[in-house]
This record gives sequence, C-alpha cells and structure tokens, in this order.
Amino acid sequence: MAPEDNYWNRRMETLSREEISSLQLKKLRGILEICSHSPYYRRIFKEEKIDPSRIEDFDDLRRIPFTDKNILRENPSTDFLAVPREEIIRLHSTSGTTGQAIVIYYTRSDIQTWAEMIARCMYMNGVRRGDVFQNMIGYGLFTGGLGFHYGAELVGVLTIPSGAGNSRRQIQLMREHGTTVAHVIPSYALLLTEVFEEMGLDPREDTNLRILFIGAEPHSEDMRQRIEEIYGVDAYNSYGLTEMNGPGVAFECPHKQGMHLWEDHYILEVIDPQTLERVPEGEEGELVLTTLSREGMPILRYRTRDLASVIPGECPCGRKHRRISRIKGRSDDMFIIKGVNVFPLQVEEVLMKTLGVGSNYQIHLERVGVREEMKVLVEVTGELWHGNPSELRALQERIRENLRSAILLTPLVELVEAGSITKSEGKAVRVVDKRGNF
Amino acid sequence: MAHQINVFAQNKPGRLEHLTKTLLEAGINIRAITITGMEDFGVVKLLVDSPEKAYQALIKEGFTAYMKEIIAVIMRDQPGGLHEICQAMGTRGINIEDAYGFVIQEMKTALLVMEVEKIPEAEKVLVDSGFKVLSDEELYQI
Repeated sequence: MAPEDNYWNRRMETLSREEISSLQLKKLRGILEICSHSPYYRRIFKEEKIDPSRIEDFDDLRRIPFTDKNILRENPSTDFLAVPREEIIRLHSTSGTTGQAIVIYYTRSDIQTWAEMIARCMYMNGVRRGDVFQNMIGYGLFTGGLGFHYGAELVGVLTIPSGAGNSRRQIQLMREHGTTVAHVIPSYALLLTEVFEEMGLDPREDTNLRILFIGAEPHSEDMRQRIEEIYGVDAYNSYGLTEMNGPGVAFECPHKQGMHLWEDHYILEVIDPQTLERVPEGEEGELVLTTLSREGMPILRYRTRDLASVIPGECPCGRKHRRISRIKGRSDDMFIIKGVNVFPLQVEEVLMKTLGVGSNYQIHLERVGVREEMKVLVEVTGELWHGNPSELRALQERIRENLRSAILLTPLVELVEAGSITKSEGKAVRVVDKRGNF
Repeated sequence: MAHQINVFAQNKPGRLEHLTKTLLEAGINIRAITITGMEDFGVVKLLVDSPEKAYQALIKEGFTAYMKEIIAVIMRDQPGGLHEICQAMGTRGINIEDAYGFVIQEMKTALLVMEVEKIPEAEKVLVDSGFKVLSDEELYQI
C-alpha cells in the first residue's frame, strides 16, 4: 500500500479539480503564445483565422484543428519548433519504418519536466533513495529507456542502464547489485521467467525485486497479476507516447485503479474517432492530448489513436488528476507486439516488394505459452508459383527475412490457399488479435 | 510433351476432398497422384487423362494450380527396368528432380513419370537410348 507521504511534487499532486482547471487555462494561454512562434502553428492560426488570444476556455479549444501522426510526418519536424534550434538539446524519434520518422525535440526544460513526471510516478509507488533501479528497456531513439533513466536519477536511485534483451545478463545484474525496482515490457517480463527457470532460479526467492514498472505495450489485468505473482512484486502500468514526450504521461498509483494523467502538463480530451466530438465523461473514445509545458515542440490536440476512457470518481489516493483506463485498442490499425509498433501497411509493403504482386494476407497475433507470436498468412496465387514444392519453402523464407528486416521482429509465415483468408462483409480483415489483451 | 497438374494445398482436413470432388465434377480420370507434404502445406501432383480440362476446372474452383511439363517414359516391369532409365539419364548428366512410377501391365510394362530441369535434353537422351516417351495424347490412351 501507499506510504504515508508519497508525493514527489506535493503542490502539483494535491491540486483540487478547480485548481487544475484554472492552471490548465492559464498554461493553455501560455502554450498558445509559444505556438505562435512555430512555423507550423503560425500557418495554421492564419489559415484557420484563429486568434490565439481569443481562446479563452476549453470549449474554445475545439476551434483548434487536431494534429496527428500524418501531420507530423508530412511537415518537417523543425516546422514545429517554437524556440531557436540551438535551444534544443535532445531529440527522440519513432522507428520510421512506415516511412518518414517522427522527430520530437526537447529543450533542457522539456527534459527536466519529463524527468519530473517520471519521478512523480516512481515516487508515489514507493521508489526511494537507496533503491536499485534496473532499466530493462530500449535506450537510444526510443523514449522508454532515457525517459525513465532521467526520472530515476532525479529521484536519486542507483540506476542500471541495462537496456533491452540479453536475458541472462539482466538476471546476473539483478543478483549482483540487488535490484529492487525494474522497468520492463510486460511480455518480456514473462519471457524472462523462462530464463530464470533455465538458470535454476526463482525470481521471488533469488532477487530483491519489489516493484516493476510495466508499459510500452497493452496488457491485461490477468497478465499483471501473473507477473506480480511470479516475481513477488507490485507491478504498475504506465502510459506514454513519443509524440507526448514518451513514458510518464499517465501512471498508476498504489491503488492500481487506472492511470493518473498529469493534467498540469497535458489537457486531455476524449473524442469519438468518427464524429470527432468529445464523448461524455466515462465513455470510451480516442485520447487527444495537448502539451501544456513543452516549450521546444508544443503540440495541440494530438490524436493519439489510443482508445480508453476516463474513470469517473475520485481515486482513494487523493490525487485529483483524472485517471484513464487501460488502453482498449486503437482507432487506427496499428498493433503492438513484443513492444514494437507495427502497422499492417508495413507488412503489406514488404509482401508487395517480396512477391512482386499484391497478395491477400492476414496477421494473427497469438499467445503461445508466455510468448507472443506474430503469424502472417499469405495466400499463394498462380502468379507466385510455378509448381515446385521447393519454391514454396524459399518463398516462405524470403517473406520471413524481409519482414524481419523491415519490422525488426521475426514472424511465422504461413502459406495458405488462395481465397482461404476470411473476409468480413466483403472487407479484408488484416489483423486478428487472439492474445486477449483487452 | 506430357503434363501433370501440380496443386498447392494446405495441410488440413477437407482439402483433398474438395480437390477430388472438383475433378469428379469435371469428369476427370486420375491416373496417378502423389502428395509432397511440408508441415502446414503441400503439393498434390496429379496425372490425369485430360490435363488442360483438369487445370481449368481447378483454377475455376479457386485452386492454385500449375501445368507442369513432365516426361512419361515406358519402362519394363522387370528387375532392372528402372535402372536402365536411370543409367541412361545419369551417364548423360541429367538430374531427376522428382519421379514416381506405376505398373500398366503386370510383369510387362510400367510408366515412369519424371520432373527434370532440361526436358528436351532428357527426352532426346531417352529416345536415343531406345525408350518410348509418351505425349499427352498417348498418356490418355494407356
């Protein structure tokens, strides 16, 4: 349970609803002013005839157009800069496998704000000086690693930047340094249990772990409970996305009843992805976020494509920052497997390139034991095949290899008969998720 | 030149039934069949009395099929019958990729069906060595 005093930033974490609203309005005016220094927003304000000084409340906010991945891709990232280039001290980037990578720029103050958000998340769940934190997640352009790293150092814990993978080494590090807290992708946490077993170790007995931060991919309550049981820890869900800094946008508190979204840093709207209108509080919709504190690259009304709902009522922890539910799915067709974001279009492009012709395909996401598997079914048509059995093996191998280099995952490839992939009301179903995450 | 039909099929119940039903409805007589299985899929090879008709019927039913050129050669149904052919091919450097055989007249004649890379060369080797190579029409007659 929560320690008596678990506020990293007591003032911000104990704001009342009214205080949050008035702070948001004040910061909104500030961020709109900052936006008018960015070439992109200057253009948008002009085109849409928006006078930022006339945006006075949350209703007025609706006059500002949404931003989304495509807009970020189609415009040069520097068009979103609201400060001179030399103020920027870091960039992160999405994988860019679907084409143009999205680049996010951070000023020194942006990095500090972000670290402070992560520090709140860690501190409220009992991480303290003296803890040993193993950050078992990708460093580099991916925000997961460095985001947590800076937050952990701010809290003042010994931070082991172990990065992703290298399972035996991870376990050795845990044992050698007495790791008490770790940050890990949930599917990897489960995978690691196999390695513990191989090494004849029991994570409950043979490590000092007591807290796991799990995130970067959707998972179910069941999965959390399994992880907690196997490791003998408390596991906390987190939410974030590169476009909004990275991890730490929303985080579970010790009550594990939804993730508090830090509303002093973001304005949250939940919209119907079809009508684009806001849905009533508590109803599921797409999360739309406006950065309130980012000075380097402010983004207004960003459509995350993540579907979730706001959990009504007050959290027993007392924080009034609203809570969002687990992510229930996506309003586009992106899926996450083994921590990697994949769009069906990427698979389609690889198939097109490999085969030279379009072929019907379907992606199956399955859970086999503790492993997640991605299986790509490809229909074998007359154009692809010249009657030899050996061709089929080679084709399978070529598809697998090309997919691996494009999406950095090795999928299973299954060749199926033409016409055997089922359609739904005449529409191709590209992804069948049988993992039961939601 | 003779032909067989190679059909891509998934390895699951009901697929062969569908295939044979299609041929039945098209009035096709199957002279020989082999199946090359590879875990989750396989290739069914069919020697039929009317390859073109069988091919069209299968395509129409949505099968992925391929008309494959083959060599059908008569061999003696006696000890050493297959050896004679293999010897003729082997000494002239012709590799057999896939083959199957069946008896036409017991103790007298049998048929060997071969997939080879160099069809014209193989045919010439066999004819030069005194073997009878069948055309589609002749295959239908037997």
